[in-house]
Amino acid sequence: MRKNLNVIAAYSIMIGLIILVGIFQSWNIALSIFNLCLISAVMTMGANIQWGYAGLINFGIMGYTALGGLAAVLISVDPVQEAWSAGGFDILMSLWLIIVMVLVIRFILKRFEKSKMRTYSIAAIIISGILLIRFSAEPGIEAIEAVDPAKTGFLGGFGLPIIFSWIVGAFFAGGLAFIVGKVALGLRADYLAIATLLISEIVIAIIKHEDWLTRGVKNVIGLKRPAPYEVDLQTTDWFINLVEKFNSGKLEIISNLSDRQAALNQLVIEGSSVFVKLCYSGLFLTVVIILLILTQKALYSPWGRMMRAIRDNEEAANAMGKNVVKQHLLIFILGSAIVGIAGAMLVTQDGLFTPGSYRPMRYTFLIWVMVIVGGSGNNFGAILGGFVVWFLWIEAAPIALFLINFFTAGIPETNALKAHLIESVPYFRFLMMGLGLLLIMRYRPKGILPEKIEIK
Amino acid sequence: MDILNAIILLLNYIFIPALTYGSQLALGAIFVTLIYGILRFANFATGDMMSFGTMVTILFTWYFQSLGISPGILPTALLAIPFAIIFMILYMLSIDKFVFKYYRTNKSPPVQLAMVSIGVMFVTQAVVRIIIGPSDRRFFDGEKFIIKAREFKEMTGLNEGLALKSTQVLTIFVTIVLVSLLFWFLNKTKTGKSMKAYSDNEDLALLSGIDPKKIVMITWIIAGILATIGGALYGLDKSFKPFTYFNNMLPIFAAAIVGGIGNPFGAFLGGYVIAFSEILLTYAYKKFFMYMLPESMEPESLVQLLSTDYKFAVSFSILVIVLLYRPSGIFKGKVL
Repeated sequence: MRKNLNVIAAYSIMIGLIILVGIFQSWNIALSIFNLCLISAVMTMGANIQWGYAGLINFGIMGYTALGGLAAVLISVDPVQEAWSAGGFDILMSLWLIIVMVLVIRFILKRFEKSKMRTYSIAAIIISGILLIRFSAEPGIEAIEAVDPAKTGFLGGFGLPIIFSWIVGAFFAGGLAFIVGKVALGLRADYLAIATLLISEIVIAIIKHEDWLTRGVKNVIGLKRPAPYEVDLQTTDWFINLVEKFNSGKLEIISNLSDRQAALNQLVIEGSSVFVKLCYSGLFLTVVIILLILTQKALYSPWGRMMRAIRDNEEAANAMGKNVVKQHLLIFILGSAIVGIAGAMLVTQDGLFTPGSYRPMRYTFLIWVMVIVGGSGNNFGAILGGFVVWFLWIEAAPIALFLINFFTAGIPETNALKAHLIESVPYFRFLMMGLGLLLIMRYRPKGILPEKIEIK
Repeated sequence: MDILNAIILLLNYIFIPALTYGSQLALGAIFVTLIYGILRFANFATGDMMSFGTMVTILFTWYFQSLGISPGILPTALLAIPFAIIFMILYMLSIDKFVFKYYRTNKSPPVQLAMVSIGVMFVTQAVVRIIIGPSDRRFFDGEKFIIKAREFKEMTGLNEGLALKSTQVLTIFVTIVLVSLLFWFLNKTKTGKSMKAYSDNEDLALLSGIDPKKIVMITWIIAGILATIGGALYGLDKSFKPFTYFNNMLPIFAAAIVGGIGNPFGAFLGGYVIAFSEILLTYAYKKFFMYMLPESMEPESLVQLLSTDYKFAVSFSILVIVLLYRPSGIFKGKVL
C-alpha cells in the first residue's frame, strides 16, 4: 500500500480535478473531458508499450489513429449497393492485382540472389503495377464517386455494429505496423522517428484523397452508436422517471405545476446527454481496464523482462539468443494495434469521421508529451499522463484567461496588448504543453510516475 | 514552334517553380543537416524556428513600412531580414543556453535531445501564434513580376506565356549567394574546417584543441541565418502561415536525409531532388504532349502520374526508398 501511495495520490488528484470541473463548469464538460482522457490513455498505453517497454520511437501515431477511425467507418456504415454495382468489380479487380503484385515481388525476393538486377526488376514491377492499377481502377472509382456524391459517393461499409470496429481497427493498425516495421525498424532511433512520421503523413494523404473508400474530406457523418440517442431517451418513460427521482428534491421546491414540468424537461434534456456520455465512459473504462490488466501482466512476465533487456542492451540480449528483430516487430505491431483501438473509439464517440482533422500536432506529438510526462515504462504513469495532459490541453484556455486577467487587472479593457492577449488565449495551450514537457524532461526525466521494476 | 512552346510550358510550370521551391527546401535542409552533424540530434523545431524568423521579418517589415522606408521595386522585407537575423540568432542562442546545453553537457542520447526539441517546437509555435496569430499573411510589396505572361507572348509571338515572378528570381539568387558563402566558409576558413572536424570525430577534434563552445555557437548563428532567410523567402514567394511552416518541416527532413544527413552539400541538392520529383510526378502533361505529338495521337486524359493531392506523399515515398536502399543518403552522409 505504502509504495503505491504516489500512484493513488496522483490519480485521486486527477479525478478530483475532473469532479471540480463538473461542479464549477458542468457535468457535460467534465464527462466529455473524462471520455477523451480515457481515449488518450489508450493511445498513450500503445505508445508506452513501444517506447517504454522496448525503446522504439514511433511518431506515426496519427496514422494508426486514422486507420482505426477508418475501420469504424468501414464496419458500421451500411453498404451502398448502387456504388458496388457501379464500380465494385473494378475495385475488386484492382485489389486482386495488388495481391498478385505483392506475391510476384515476394517470389522474386525469395528466388533470386540480391543484385542490382533484382532491385531494378522489382522497381519496374511496382511502377508498372501502379500504372496498371490506376488504369483499371479509374473508371470504377469515377463511377463510385458519381453515385449521389452529396450523400454517399463511396462504397460504404459492412453495416455491422460499430463496436466491432474496435477490434478491426486494431487489426488494421497492426497490419500497417507490420509493413512499416518490416521497412523501417532497422533504422537508428531518430531516423525511425522521422520515417514513421512521414509514413503516417502518407497514410493520411491516402485516406484524405481516396474518396471511393473513405469519402475523403467530405467526411462521414452520422455513424451508428453503441449508446442510445439523446432524442430517444428524452421520450422514454423509465428515463424521465429516473431523472425525476434523481432531482426530486429540486423539483419539489417549485410549486407551480407547469413550471415544474418545464424544469423537468430541461433536466431531462441535460440528463440525457450526461447519460449518453456515461454510457461511453463505461465502455471506454472497460477497454482501459482490460488493456491495463493485459499490459501489466505482460510487463511482469518473462516476455516483459526480455523486452526490457533488449531495450537496455540490445547486443547483450542478442548474445543471449533473443531474436531482437522479431521482438521489435512484435512489439511495434502490438503497440500500434492498441493505438488503432483508440482511433476507432474516438470516431465512435464523435459519431463522425473527418480525415482533415488528423494533424500530427494533436495526434502524434501531444500523445508523446503524454507518455513522457506520465512516465514511460509505467502503465499507470502512461494512463495518468493521458489524463493530465488532456485535462490541461482542454482547460489551458480558461487557465490562461484567468492568469491574463489576474496579471493585467490594473490595465483597462481597451488596452491593445490586453485585448490581443485575450484574443490569443487558445494558443497558450501550446505554450503550456511545451513548457511542461521541457520542465519534466529537465527535472523529472522519468515522468510523474517513474518506471519501477519489482523483482520478486 | 511547337517544340519551343512545349519548352516554355515546361519552364513555366515545372522548372522555375521547382527551382524556387527546391531553393527554399535546400536552405531548411542545410539547417537540419548542420544541427544534426554538429549537435547530433534531429531538430523537430525546424519548421517553427523558420516561422519564428519569418514572423520577426514581418514585424520589421511593418515597422519600416510605417516609417515609409522602402527599397523601391524590391520588397521591404529585404531590409528587414538583417534585423530579423540578429533577433533570431539571439533567440537560438538563448534556447541553446537554457534548454539544449544541459543535455549536451550531460551527453544525453540523441533521442532525448529530439524529444526536447519537440518541447521547443511547442513553445516556439505558441510564441508565434500568440504574437502574430495563426492566419495567412502576405507581406510582399514592390514589383511583382519581372516578365508577365502576356508581355512574353506579345514579345515572342508564342502561344505559351512565361511568367517570372520577382520572388522566384530573388529566392534563387539569394540561395545561390548564401549557399556559396556557406560552402566557402565551411571549406576554406579555419573555423569552418574545425566545424567539419568536430562533426566527423568529436573526440579527435577536442584533442586537437578545437573549442566546442565556439563551434556550437557558430552552428546556431549559421542556423539562425539560414532559418530566417529560408523562412522569409518562402513567405515572400507564397505566404506566411504558421501551420504551413510546421508542415514544411516534413519535406525538409526528407531533403536532408535523401541528401545524406550531416552533409551540407547533399542537403542542398536533396532540396532540389525533392522539389523536382514532387512537381514532375504530379504535373499533368496533357498540354505538353499536345504540342509534341501529331494531332492524331493527342492524349485524352490528363497524363498525370499522380494527382496533386499526393504531392507530399511523393517526397516521403522517395525518402522511404532511399532509407531502404541507401540509408546514408545519395551523397554519403553519416552512416545510420
